Amino acid sequence: MALTQKTIQTLEQKAEAIRETIIEMLVAAGSGHTAGPLGMADIFAAFYFYILKHDPAHPDWDERDRLILSNGHIVPVRYAAMAHAGYFPVSECLTLRKFGSRLQGHPERLRLPGLETTSGPLGSGLSQAAGIAYGLRMDGKKNRVYCAMSDGEQDAGQVWEAAMFAGANKLSNLTAVMDRNNIQINGMTEHVMPLENLRAKYEAFGWHVIEVDGHNIAEFIHAIDQAKAIYERPTLILAHTIPGKGIKEIEFDYTWHGKPPTKEEARKFLHELRTLRGKVLGEHE
Amino acid sequence: MLSLQQKLISNIRDVPEQAMTRDGFGDALLELGETNKDVVALCADLAESTRMLAFKEKFPDRYIELGVAEQNLAGVASGLANYGKIPFIASYASFSPGRNNEQIRTTISLNNVPVKIVGSHAGLSVGPDGATHQALEDIALMRVQPNMCVLSPADREQAKKATRAAAEHPGPVYIRLAREKTPTVTTKDTPFEIGKAQLLWQGENPQVAVFVTGTLLWNALRAAEELQSEIAVTVVNVHTIKPLDEKTITQAARAAGAAVTVEEHQVAGGFGSAVAEVLARTAPVPLEFVGVHDRFGQSGEMQQLWNEYGLGVPHIKEAIKNAFARKF
Repeated sequence: MALTQKTIQTLEQKAEAIRETIIEMLVAAGSGHTAGPLGMADIFAAFYFYILKHDPAHPDWDERDRLILSNGHIVPVRYAAMAHAGYFPVSECLTLRKFGSRLQGHPERLRLPGLETTSGPLGSGLSQAAGIAYGLRMDGKKNRVYCAMSDGEQDAGQVWEAAMFAGANKLSNLTAVMDRNNIQINGMTEHVMPLENLRAKYEAFGWHVIEVDGHNIAEFIHAIDQAKAIYERPTLILAHTIPGKGIKEIEFDYTWHGKPPTKEEARKFLHELRTLRGKVLGEHE
Repeated sequence: MLSLQQKLISNIRDVPEQAMTRDGFGDALLELGETNKDVVALCADLAESTRMLAFKEKFPDRYIELGVAEQNLAGVASGLANYGKIPFIASYASFSPGRNNEQIRTTISLNNVPVKIVGSHAGLSVGPDGATHQALEDIALMRVQPNMCVLSPADREQAKKATRAAAEHPGPVYIRLAREKTPTVTTKDTPFEIGKAQLLWQGENPQVAVFVTGTLLWNALRAAEELQSEIAVTVVNVHTIKPLDEKTITQAARAAGAAVTVEEHQVAGGFGSAVAEVLARTAPVPLEFVGVHDRFGQSGEMQQLWNEYGLGVPHIKEAIKNAFARKF
């Protein structure tokens, strides 16, 4: 699929549909995280509808690319993207966090095909992604491994153990995508535990680093393409995103990290998203 | 007397050949390198002392060095197993499954991928290194995790078989190993099956059953033999702590009417607790615990430490007598 203006437009529409589903599922669940999933909707739309080699009908397909979600708490964006991609009915999204649901509060690989790993406790996804990438390379396989992670989890020492390992082993089939939205539960990342200079840190660990606007789908896809062309080094895409993206009144507000909207708020948010979708279409057409 | 079915060494009166369980692991890993192409070895900067070195030298492409990074060790292994490999990860038990316990819980046990965790230098027998390096909690940490199989081989020969069996086992496995040489009681021909406890010493009309795990096996057998004119004892070697062989343990406890557990580990949460959990339900007989009682270890030689912490032959004999006395 060539990256035409029309393709980008389609992906933007998918992102908006994912955002709507996120709001619907969170309000139905009555708990969960809002800001992160909304902020990563564009990137997950790009992954599931353009970047990933995958088959929703055969989640265990050997030739698939692996997308590892390290910060498991933003899993609503993954569930929504998977549902829209055809892994399961969109209606099942409303079972999020409910007893008996395959859509656990934090993702569990064995409950829902296609999740790849179990995550939630922060800081361990990059290690697992590196392990998968290492295994694939041992067998001469060409599959790509992607690891979505948060900025807050860079506080965890294990992330740097994994970064050192991936750099040392030149895992060029591994691309990490950091959701640089600057918030974590206790506040702004630079107040809780300063992370910068992230680019310099990863470069020092042997990584190629690309910074993008995480809401510019074309820019993100170009970065992914660039990562594929980088040999002998893993790539980090530092995706600058807006937490709560798409709903003006919660954008940049860290207090939305770990709470769901009320019914009243959800109605308002969905209205705003649907109006926005109209606007996006209008501007492009 | 010694069970003939179990094909043990013929004489336990003289100190048998001494060897390290970690060497048994190293031997079997090397063998697996030839027989199972999916087996890979990961180590956190301890290849020589965990006995991965020979594998590393023979199969350099299947040996992965992590450096002193046990959390990443668990995570990378989880990824490799998720992809389809059979990773053995080795470090000292204090660090793995000690330091990386949450990573094992989430990415290996809950994820249910076949990583084989090898915790070497478990128990007081580590000796001069002292308390920091003497893992006395690892059985407890591992046996509370669903999906995890916990193996605690008694000697070098059994460690070989445990390693081979771990590679075949479809899920995650923890193998507990010791640093020091301890008596080799089993032979090449002694049967081994995960989840099957072994009746190694059978007293006639038994009065106390001794359940032992790991490298204290010979001490337990000596205690049984030395007491044979006073108290008839059965000795059951429990190399698999999870899944625990409830049937054999229950039968032996019922037949004897009193029991003793023996381990080089904290009694709280460890092997003794595991046995007590079963017997409380199935055969609530008087039960005595030989093990470490809520203390950390310290520097010293193995025998000195076993004496200080009450794990020697005289201590096991005393526990057997105490259990026996409580029957009346």
